[in-house]
Amino acid sequence: MGAEFLFQGATIERLLGGLLVTMRISLFSVAFSIPLGIVMGVLFTRKNRVLHVILSFYLNFIRVMPQLVLLFLVFFGSATSIGINFSGEVASVIAFTLWGTAELGDLVRAAIEATPRQQYWSAYVLGLSRRQTFRHVILPQALRSMIPPCVNLITRIVKTTSLCMLIGVVEVVRVGQQIIDFNRFEYPYAALWTYAVLGLLYFAVCWPLSRLARWLEANNSLRRRHRERH
Amino acid sequence: MNATENHAANANERPVLELRNITKRFGSNTVLDGVDIAVNTGEVVVLLGPSGCGKSTLLRCVVGLEDLDGGEVLLDGEVISGAARSQEARTRMGMVFQSYDLFPNLSVLDNITLAPTLVRGTPKAEAEQRAVKLLERVGLADKANDLPSTLSGGQQQRVAICRALAMDPEILLLDEVTAALDPEMVHEVLQVVLELADDGLTMLIVTHEMSFARAIADRVILLDSGNIAEEGDASFFEQPKTERARQFLSTFEFHRAGR
Repeated sequence: MGAEFLFQGATIERLLGGLLVTMRISLFSVAFSIPLGIVMGVLFTRKNRVLHVILSFYLNFIRVMPQLVLLFLVFFGSATSIGINFSGEVASVIAFTLWGTAELGDLVRAAIEATPRQQYWSAYVLGLSRRQTFRHVILPQALRSMIPPCVNLITRIVKTTSLCMLIGVVEVVRVGQQIIDFNRFEYPYAALWTYAVLGLLYFAVCWPLSRLARWLEANNSLRRRHRERH
Repeated sequence: MNATENHAANANERPVLELRNITKRFGSNTVLDGVDIAVNTGEVVVLLGPSGCGKSTLLRCVVGLEDLDGGEVLLDGEVISGAARSQEARTRMGMVFQSYDLFPNLSVLDNITLAPTLVRGTPKAEAEQRAVKLLERVGLADKANDLPSTLSGGQQQRVAICRALAMDPEILLLDEVTAALDPEMVHEVLQVVLELADDGLTMLIVTHEMSFARAIADRVILLDSGNIAEEGDASFFEQPKTERARQFLSTFEFHRAGR
């Protein structure tokens, strides 16, 4: 079949090592993006003109920018403009956090704004303060409705980290290319097989995520039965 | 529940709730045009009127969900309208909405205990005990740990009533609480409200259920295009004094020609 190279030497280990880098970048980016995105989304819903203009500008700036350009901007831009040399991985985490925060912030904003006004009314007549209303009524509902789009965003981040190889990060796709280059003459189908394995590896990471999202959605009701302590 | 008895006990005939010259406009449209209403302790006042006459807006003005364009709201003789309403002032009036609006992220029990624990600082255990008693009273004690979404509309509305009662309001405002319910659920909710009236709870009720209004009202007020068209006791239904009231009441009757 011409795929024997996959099982020779340390090929599999190397691919898994690359996958680890991919996951590390994704994990840190997501871990930073979630709290920052929630803060951004909450600030977005404040009726503050200045804040709104700044955040809209940020969101649109990030949105129109290809992730690759953003990555270059952080990696090369930081070195030339502020004289800091980030490693490829750190630059990647920064770029993906900038992106993730913007997208997540917009998701949080949309989810908060989608909460029916009646929920605010009910909380108001019960005497809850604005902060209590937000913390105990609005935010939990908003976050719950955000699970599916949020997981979608995370899988997009995972997949897009393949761009990091362009600033020298040896993540899973880059490892794959090295393996292909090394085996190309002996195994003419090396590229095909390697990319197939890469596809499987991405699937192995992203598929459980979407299963998890579905489970979270379905089990939210059960989870809530173990009552939160206020 | 004991609170309602306490309120009834101090029946010094000063109105619990007094509305003076309430005026509300939406743009150039005057929805409430100087409405005066006083509700005494233990009294059940029913607000009737055609759709768009300003009944719901009036309740929203009373609890502070709408700003007034004129007039005052007094609770126990104290003006509470005007400035932003304090949390404390808000808790003294309860309101139940047409669409129940329970908090979907919280269990039935947590819906009821949320405000007492957060706003009053009632210990959780005490608030829960109290909530269970309220639920028993409306026949839903077994649903305490369920989520609102698993309950029928009628059950949700009964929980919403418990949620409002948990704050021991001096007056309870009901805004068409059965309008969103299937006919067979209307009765179970109104039965609960009737029992509250029997216990002496002061209420201001907006409803389209005429037989319920007749059964529960100490006093009836017919609102029409932002003004009080007629005010009276239960005899309103048999012998309305104004043509407007007769007209309104006739919209609930059906006659087939030739019979």
